[in-house]
This record gives sequence, structure tokens and C-alpha cells, in this order.
Amino acid sequence: MEYLSQRDETLPDLRVNIGSLELANPVMTASGTFGYAREFENLMNLHRLGAVIVKGISLHPRVGNPPPRIVETACGMLNAIGLQNVGVDRFITEKMKYLAGLNVPVIVNILGDSLAEYVEITERLKGVPGVAGIEVNISCPNVKKGGVAFGTDPAMAASVTAAVKKTAGVPVMIKLSPNVTDITAIARAVEDAGADSLSLINTLIGMAIDLKTRRPALANVIGGLSGPAIKPVALRMVYQVAQVVSIPVIGIGGIDSTEDALEFMLAGATAVQVGTANFVNPRVTEEIIEGMYAYAEAEKLLTIRSIIGGLQTKVASLNPFEQPSC
Amino acid sequence: MSQYQEKATVVRVEQFSEKNFRLTLDCPLIAESAKPGQFVMIRTAVGKDPLLRRPFSIHQTSKAGRIQIYFKVVGRGTHILAHVKIGEELSVFGPLGKGFRLNALAPAVIVGGGLGIAPMLFLAKENSRLKKNCDNDLIILGAREKNEIAPLLDDFRQFGLKLLTATDDGSLGHHGFVTEVLQSVELPAGCIVYACGPEPMMAGVNEICRFQGIPCQVSVESVMACGMGACLGCSRPAKKGTYTHVCLNGPVYDAEELIWNI
Repeated sequence: MEYLSQRDETLPDLRVNIGSLELANPVMTASGTFGYAREFENLMNLHRLGAVIVKGISLHPRVGNPPPRIVETACGMLNAIGLQNVGVDRFITEKMKYLAGLNVPVIVNILGDSLAEYVEITERLKGVPGVAGIEVNISCPNVKKGGVAFGTDPAMAASVTAAVKKTAGVPVMIKLSPNVTDITAIARAVEDAGADSLSLINTLIGMAIDLKTRRPALANVIGGLSGPAIKPVALRMVYQVAQVVSIPVIGIGGIDSTEDALEFMLAGATAVQVGTANFVNPRVTEEIIEGMYAYAEAEKLLTIRSIIGGLQTKVASLNPFEQPSC
Repeated sequence: MSQYQEKATVVRVEQFSEKNFRLTLDCPLIAESAKPGQFVMIRTAVGKDPLLRRPFSIHQTSKAGRIQIYFKVVGRGTHILAHVKIGEELSVFGPLGKGFRLNALAPAVIVGGGLGIAPMLFLAKENSRLKKNCDNDLIILGAREKNEIAPLLDDFRQFGLKLLTATDDGSLGHHGFVTEVLQSVELPAGCIVYACGPEPMMAGVNEICRFQGIPCQVSVESVMACGMGACLGCSRPAKKGTYTHVCLNGPVYDAEELIWNI
């Protein structure tokens, strides 16, 4: 609640609730695309964000993958950064103080190679001032062991969720992988295990080849596809998941405009995360928020919450070729 | 450290050879704060494809609030940039990265190879602005053939520094590499070598400098998505045993810090 103290009553209400966490607006930064927020402090007003989700944190520091780590593809990019990060201890001592000073909720993205690691990181984050929530990465496709298995098996996804939830003491968001046959099965399992919210989608596993050198474009051979190219897949998955769970769903995937964000909300997302677009326009999140105010005013919405899940799927005229039932 | 996203108007387009171009852009905030060796990220498309900005070293700045980039058409992004019209607006983000560390007293030996010539004009300009005396300074420029250097010679000559050239085909100056020129001249005592060019060239310059005990700064290039430390995509191995990020820790390094990609 303390985050909302300066809400301007003359502006439309963009507040949304992610479980017990209240956000001033639905726009968050996606993990791994916004560093530890400070990188952007001279480029935008960080205090306007709905929430900051920081770069994924592991128990021990990780140096990441060899280069090349990124390659541009049609309307998107592939990355295999390899979860480079400073580790949970240095994150707490070096990064968290600055983040705690921001006037927005800070959600810490965590990742582990084993159940015990997820729990250990959660324990170390417990009680650290400024940590408003934990996002659990069970879906990163870049690390050979751990991550990918948790995100693709409903039972394992549920076990991580339950373990982190038991320890966390703050709302727990589970970030789902799109690299599964039925994302709703994982979503349900994670909800049943006690998740406070779901964020989706993480990157789609992809590959690019350099014909000239006959080599993979990434040193890791495969990587995660992000950017506008994945938006239709992300919208579909958010729509499907929102139908089957009752906890808040956070939409991620190729969002780079207010329109994109609102489409995800219509599909059932309570909030959104903006990822790859931060690389192209470091001010994009702020521009999306400004656009939401403009949209709410133009549409005379008392609250932006009124469009969540408001997708009109029942069209007035039925299929003209439908056979009448007898 | 101020960085800006500016809508920069294209004020001049110069074509030097089939694929080499120079753009002059009106972006006063970036022009005023840029330092030699820093770079900018430029959006080449208004829409979503190509999605990412392209990094370019700053070729030079002017008091009139303009910057120049010098580039070669290598892919779709640079192809689009080569075809921009005067008056068009481009989104330019910068200045980014750490530039060259200039020294007002030490003689400068400036070595540019191929497109590595690009940042050296800005460096030569600031170097001569900073110093009372450039008598011992030296510029060595190399490329595949004459047309990649000749159109820039007037700009480089305005500082009055000794200037040597080398081309792979012998069409201008020494027939061979800039490293051979560097090896053949007697370098001024207490000088600093600044180099930018292909990796094998910089590795060669690094070796010559190491042998002679001369400090050497190099500017390297890398693919990158953001240019400002968020994506961690521009990693390259450093001797200290970890990755360094070209956008934040570079693009200018002490040559001894790096492991060469050759």
C-alpha cells in the first residue's frame, strides 16, 4: 500500500492487484532485460513503474555462456546469456539497497539447479528490506540441468512452487515456460501448489544458422526467442491459462506498446512484463504507462481493471454455415 | 555519465565507395557529451524489423551539435542506413561505453584499419585539441584499397600530424598491413598507441607494443542488443578469467586485458 501513497486522484486508476501485492499500474520490467534497474535510472523515471523484476539470481555467481550470446532474427532475437548474475549474496549486499530505495515493488527473479537451491536462495532473501515478491524461473532453456526440467513437468513445477512458497513470506510468482505441450496442465499444478500468480511466457527455444560459416549463430547452438515475433504465441498461452486458473496471470511476450499490453489484459492478464523492448527503447515502459492513462481517459474507464479478461469471444452473428441442431 | 535518446535529423549522406558511407546527424545533446572511442546505438527501422539498434563508433562531432558515423554496408540495418534521405529522422542513443583515455603529454600513435578508421578521426581531433605539441604524433591508416582511405585523408590531415597509409593491394601507401608500417617506424619515446581495426590487426599491434613496452589502447566491436549493460549479450573473454562486456567495460580496453579472437 505504501507504494500508492502519491497516486494522483485526477488521473485514471491504473492500479492492479497481484495477490496481496498492489501495483500502481500493470507495467513491470521482465527479468533479464532491465539489469538491476539502476542501469536505466538516467534514461527514465523508475518510480513510475508498476514493479521492477530484476535479473535472475542464482545461489552462486554465474559467468554465463561464451559468445556469441545473441543474434537478431525476424522481428525478434535469440539469446543464450546463460543466466549470468552476481549470485544471491552479492545481490543482497550490492544491489538491493538501491532497489529498496525505489518507490516501486521489487520482485526478485530466482533460479536454481535443484529444489534445495531454490529454497536456499529464498531463505537468504527472506526478510531482506525491499523484496516485495519472488518470481521463480522454472523455465529458462539455457542451462542444461535443473531449470528446464522443473518447468516442463507438472509434478516438479508443483514441488518447486510449494517449497518456495513455504519459505518465502512474500507473494510468489511462477514464470512458466512455453516449451511444453500443454501449458495449462503446468499452470494448474502450480496454482494447486500455492502460487500467488503466474507469469508467462518465457522465451521460446529457437535456433539460427550462419550459412556463410555453416555454424550456429549462437555459441550455445540453441537459445531463447523473444521480441514481437513471439507475441501471438504468448497471447494464446495467456488466454488459455487465464481460462483455467483463478490466480492472477501476468502476460509477457513481445510487448512494446500500450496496445500490446492492453491486448494481453483483454486476454486475461492482470498485468504485463516488458522485456526485449527495453533494449530498443529504454523508456518504453514509461511510454506504455503514459499510453494506458490516455487509453483509460479516451475510453472513459474508471479503472484499467475493467478490461482484464474482457475479450469478446462470443460474436453476435453465429456461424452462418452452422447446421441447425434438431 | 549522461546518455540521451535523440531524434536526429540526417543532414548529410556521403558515399565513398560501393559500400562505404558516412552520415552526418544532428543530435546536439549526444554531440556535446561524446568522447572519442564512445559509440551510439541507432534504430534503422521505424517498425519492428530489423528490431535491434545497431552500434556505431562516433566518427567525429562538431560544435554545431552534429555527429558523424562512418560505416560499411554489411547487412540489412546498414543497407537501410545507407539509403536514408537528408531530412529523415533517426533515433540515436548515446554516447555509450568507455572511450579512449587521452594523455596531454605522451605522443600519440593512432592506428586505424578498415572500418577501425572510424573512431580515429574523433580521437585525432581531441588529441590535437588537448595538446600544446603534436610534433611527434603519428597516424597510420590501412584498408583493403585506396578508396576506403582516400576520401578521409583531408579530414585526417587537418591536424597536421604525420600520416602514413597502407593498403592490401598497394593502391595507396605501403603495400601490406598497418602492423608492418608500425613495426618499421621508430616510435616516439613515451608514446601511447591507440588502435582500432580487425581482431588480427589489433592482436598484431598489441604484440608489437608489448615487445617494445608501449601502452596500447584498443577499441573492439561486438554484436549487442542494448548498448547499456542490460542484455549482457556483448560478452568477450578477458585475461582475468571472466567475461567483459564491450558496451560497459569497453569498447576501449588496454590491449593487455583482452584475449584475441583469432
